[in-house]
Amino acid sequence: MDKGTPSSALPTCAISLNINGTNRVLDIHPWVTLLDLLRGPMELTGTKKGCDHGQCGACTVLIDGERVNACLKLAVSIDGAEITTIEGLGTPQDMHPMQKAFVEHDAFQCGYCTAGQICSAVGLVAEGRAHSRAEIRELMSGNLCRCGAYTNIADAIEHVLDQEGVTPLREAAE
Amino acid sequence: MLNETKVVGLPLSRIDGPLKVSGSAKYAADHGGHGMLHGYAVPATVATGRIVEIETGLAERFPGVIKIYTHENRPRTAKDDDKWKDAVALPGHPFRPLENDRILYDGQPIAMVVAESFEAARDAASLVRVRYVAEEPHTDLGREQTRSYVPPQPRREEFVPPEPRGDPQGAFGDAPFKISSEYRLEGEYHNPMELFASTVLWEKDGFLTIHDKTQGSQNSRDYVCNVFGLDPEKVTVKNSFVGGAFGSGLRPKHQLFLAVMAALDLKQSVKVEMSRREMFYLTWRPATIQTVSLAADREGRLLSVMHHALQATSRYEDYQENVVNWSGLAYKCDNVRLSYGLAELDVSTPGDMRAPGAATGVTALEMAMDELAYEVGIDPVELRLRNFATRDQNQDKQFTSKALDACYREGAARFGWDGRSFAPRSMRDGNDLVGWGMATGIWEATIMPAEAKVRLSADGKAAVSAAASDIGTGTYTVLGQVAAEALGVPIDDVTVLIGDSSLPKTGVEGGSWTAASSGSAVQAASDAVRNTLLKHAKSMPNSPFGQASQDEVTLAEGRLVLDRNHQVGVSIGDIMDAAGVSFIEEHGKVAPDQEQAKKFISYTHSAVFVEVKVDEELGVPRVTRVVSAVAGGRVLNPKTARSQILGGVVMGVGMALHEEGMVDHRTGRIMNHNIAEYHMPAHADVEDIEVIFVHEEDDKVSPLGAKGLGEIGIIGVAAAVSNAIFHATGKRIRHFPITIDKILETSEEVRCS
Repeated sequence: MDKGTPSSALPTCAISLNINGTNRVLDIHPWVTLLDLLRGPMELTGTKKGCDHGQCGACTVLIDGERVNACLKLAVSIDGAEITTIEGLGTPQDMHPMQKAFVEHDAFQCGYCTAGQICSAVGLVAEGRAHSRAEIRELMSGNLCRCGAYTNIADAIEHVLDQEGVTPLREAAE
Repeated sequence: MLNETKVVGLPLSRIDGPLKVSGSAKYAADHGGHGMLHGYAVPATVATGRIVEIETGLAERFPGVIKIYTHENRPRTAKDDDKWKDAVALPGHPFRPLENDRILYDGQPIAMVVAESFEAARDAASLVRVRYVAEEPHTDLGREQTRSYVPPQPRREEFVPPEPRGDPQGAFGDAPFKISSEYRLEGEYHNPMELFASTVLWEKDGFLTIHDKTQGSQNSRDYVCNVFGLDPEKVTVKNSFVGGAFGSGLRPKHQLFLAVMAALDLKQSVKVEMSRREMFYLTWRPATIQTVSLAADREGRLLSVMHHALQATSRYEDYQENVVNWSGLAYKCDNVRLSYGLAELDVSTPGDMRAPGAATGVTALEMAMDELAYEVGIDPVELRLRNFATRDQNQDKQFTSKALDACYREGAARFGWDGRSFAPRSMRDGNDLVGWGMATGIWEATIMPAEAKVRLSADGKAAVSAAASDIGTGTYTVLGQVAAEALGVPIDDVTVLIGDSSLPKTGVEGGSWTAASSGSAVQAASDAVRNTLLKHAKSMPNSPFGQASQDEVTLAEGRLVLDRNHQVGVSIGDIMDAAGVSFIEEHGKVAPDQEQAKKFISYTHSAVFVEVKVDEELGVPRVTRVVSAVAGGRVLNPKTARSQILGGVVMGVGMALHEEGMVDHRTGRIMNHNIAEYHMPAHADVEDIEVIFVHEEDDKVSPLGAKGLGEIGIIGVAAAVSNAIFHATGKRIRHFPITIDKILETSEEVRCS
């Protein structure tokens, strides 16, 4: 390649994604991660970059309902997938129950890991695997929070689980 | 006015909460849309030496690359060190990115690729080839002990250890009980979850709007203006939301310089976001080697306290913190010697990290106190009560308040401390050895000069503005609460605008002083609004306020009323109508009281109680329970305040058990520069934490009566964990972090007493 070649001259792939309920047909470079696609061209900056190596969980989104680190997925590898980001869960005026619980329990301080924590928590509830406080802690351990809001995050998730009656949490914990 | 709590003191949810949980809060790298250029820095791969050659040809030919900057082609910048010194700079020569061919530390930025896309910049950066002449690195603090020195220029006078008092050496020699131990604390990295980033929006008329990850927008603005010779009127720095910082964002970081440099040179908007790896090449909590010697009489009364600390710094700046002075004021003792030295290493300059100095120094002191308790044979809480200080003996000043005794009492009660058996290895839970340990925490409570503006509109809506920052601390919320209460309006009717360098002057957010300082400024501005309203109200025909003075009126429920009878008053809308204005806006300002400071000094205190369980065979330590009892003056918002303490406790657990920057001293390079290998507490590491705020009234510490809470949560935690591990295992591990290998390899202590 010669100096000055624009990156647009490089090969792209066509994929389609459903992002927060909207179908998008995209022409993207094969090396673009889902995270960079969301934060860049899609302008969905609610999903955060904390490490780009799958170590912190800040970029957790839901792909076909499952929680995934968006930094570890090349966008071209998930053609046809349904993506839910934090923006797709709720808005400041109309919050998802997990978002409300996070506010109520002060389950964040700086707020940077929060989108990932909430998407992960929503994914966790859907998995139906968390039956005790210890299991919540274990199964949320892929989402780091440097402000140390962990106990409040566990409170928020417990609150939602209780509310939804998804699992007999209290009994199982005893 | 504030004694009658209505909004201040309520456990309100954060007013910025809905923005944060919905992804609507924008952080530094979230700004700027299409058309941004992206920068990516190239880090040095030697710790000391010189660059012989940088080969950028291959990288330049990479599609999408716009320009590559190195020390050979960087634009000209300010010559004098003074221009590079930010508001919290240190004695020495500030680091200048791309200044010359000299390498001062591993990971130093030596080039930056600017490209059309993030991916192109990152990929091209990997193609920059560098040839160095490496020199022998010195990065091991233990090996540099013989080269230690007392910093010739103090960073702050208060950091200089006081002259020795009494006869510490003689008293130590004659005492019946004594301990002398060395403690080693490895370097730690802040690692806020948000990567350092600067988004520079370049506008044709020469204006720059910069979204920067910083703890002080005005500090970043002034730095940029000084370094690049820009007009401060044409530069606005914003930090509306900051994804954690813990001290790492006090001083401007290299991405700010690089992004502004490229934006000015290319006349385009540029974003530079660091990689997680780069976050290990910025600033850090310096490693220390400390010696604490304590002696006591038969009742456990301290006869001698001696504390020396050796602390790492860089070759180019003398980073200093207050490590040892705490040992001269935490407990009553008439024979004290404190000393502090630095050793230069080939590293980046260390910096303030949550409770700088105290997190390391008080940790050593509190481990030593536990050792002394076992030497004398008395309960660790009892030892501390017997040595309770009622005066700061370092400075011979009175405390403005000190409810530490209540912290011991209430913390111990909540923890169930009286159920503890004194002997190590005396409590078990199945295969686990159970240990209970405790420690004291202490941090300075100060206010800094701060300004704020408050506007009250005729419709009862209020707006607060200041250049303060909210790094997760709850600043938005507590400033809103102070204004809501002082103006007598609901919190929902208050808008808080912070994180913008064009707003009223505020220092960097650090040192636990923001809530007390900016909060007091908001209070002052709100009082000024009320006074102006009163003035207008008195001019109204048939004014009910007659001769009422400023101290005799209150704003409540949208009306200005007489204190003695709230039935008598006028609505603010009517007052403003009569005065022909639609809003009233006033400035407020606070500064430390110099006169009072001659006699009084303020500290925040805590007592931390920790339970650990250590698997007897595997040596795995777990912190299962923590009670942190805090005396922090008036608590403005118990919900956000509690969160601050929880966060401090978690970081303290990390300090005790997990966190360690590992350097290969043969190469001087950091080995674990990622957050999989630099261990920090995760969900599974954090079990049960309880926070207690004991009652403490203080009418001198700040106009609001509040002390800061950002740092106190971490102090003492690591010591309490270590003390609990001793209680569980009988092993004193004086080298942090306390990892499994150290637990298995350390022998049990043998005590004659």
